[in-house]
Amino acid sequence: MAENRKATVYVRLKDGVLDPQGVTIQKALGQMGYNDFLSVRSGRFFELEVNADAADVEQRIDEVCSRLLANPVIESYKVELNS
Amino acid sequence: MKFGVVTFPGSNCDYDTYASVRHILGEEVEFLWHKSSDLAGCDAVILPGGFSYGDYLRAGAIARFSPIMQEVVRFARSGGLVIGICNGFQVLTEVGLLPGALIRNSHLRFSCKQVYLRVEDEKTPFTRSCKQGEVLQIPIAHGEGNYYSFDGDIRQLQDSGQIVFRYVSCDGEVTAESNPNGSCDNIAGIMNVEGNVLGMMPHPERAVEKILGSTDGLKILESIRSACNTTSMVRNR
Repeated sequence: MAENRKATVYVRLKDGVLDPQGVTIQKALGQMGYNDFLSVRSGRFFELEVNADAADVEQRIDEVCSRLLANPVIESYKVELNS
Repeated sequence: MKFGVVTFPGSNCDYDTYASVRHILGEEVEFLWHKSSDLAGCDAVILPGGFSYGDYLRAGAIARFSPIMQEVVRFARSGGLVIGICNGFQVLTEVGLLPGALIRNSHLRFSCKQVYLRVEDEKTPFTRSCKQGEVLQIPIAHGEGNYYSFDGDIRQLQDSGQIVFRYVSCDGEVTAESNPNGSCDNIAGIMNVEGNVLGMMPHPERAVEKILGSTDGLKILESIRSACNTTSMVRNR
């Protein structure tokens, strides 16, 4: 039985992949006097609303994450299924 | 022979590319609309520069799912010549025809300037009108041209001869200063293992007349023509 579910997807660059935005933000923090912030990694998140069978919903979300929302070459993702 | 130039919503180098093939190279060329599923019998396909689908999500991420790309993938897998320029290169990595990814320039700025490229392999269908080690002057214009792949993958690209162009100084030396975007190993262009799909960040179509500052880009178009004319390529595959 299909139902509406909400999910949050967090996409981030894999460890080891240069994040120029994060580096620049960290430098800016340093210039503002926040020298205790040693590193910054940026990413993005998506809020999804899915109409799917309860049994399928995780697999459906996983599919769109790996096919579109994240580029598996450089990015990893984490899904939080909201109750 | 006939070239095809794909137009995505947001492509902005499609007319320059078309003009360089038709008026400078003097070959037949046709626009291929992104919603079309027909390569119109083209012998070589060019994915031009621009900002397909506004670069939403990631550069090239949405374009890869357009109907024309399904045909381009089929064409490439059957040996057809495909070249992706700038945004076209990004599309080719997203669709998986080329390895790696193009990430934000290391300095975070959009960079539009003339650069020097060294031809790392003169035997490819895209460089056969060039000489090994020849230095080409061709402009770049991108914000996300920083070629990235994991160390082991870069070594594999090198070992299998897939690195076609590197950013170099005007005298052909690979230096940190000549790398305009932070690309791994100064990589400016790579091809697939089979050698029929090339992606490059610099814009050869912007270097086809003296008044543009260089005619070196024409050598790449001439190479493709030469490759198509000397291999018995089957149309409408």
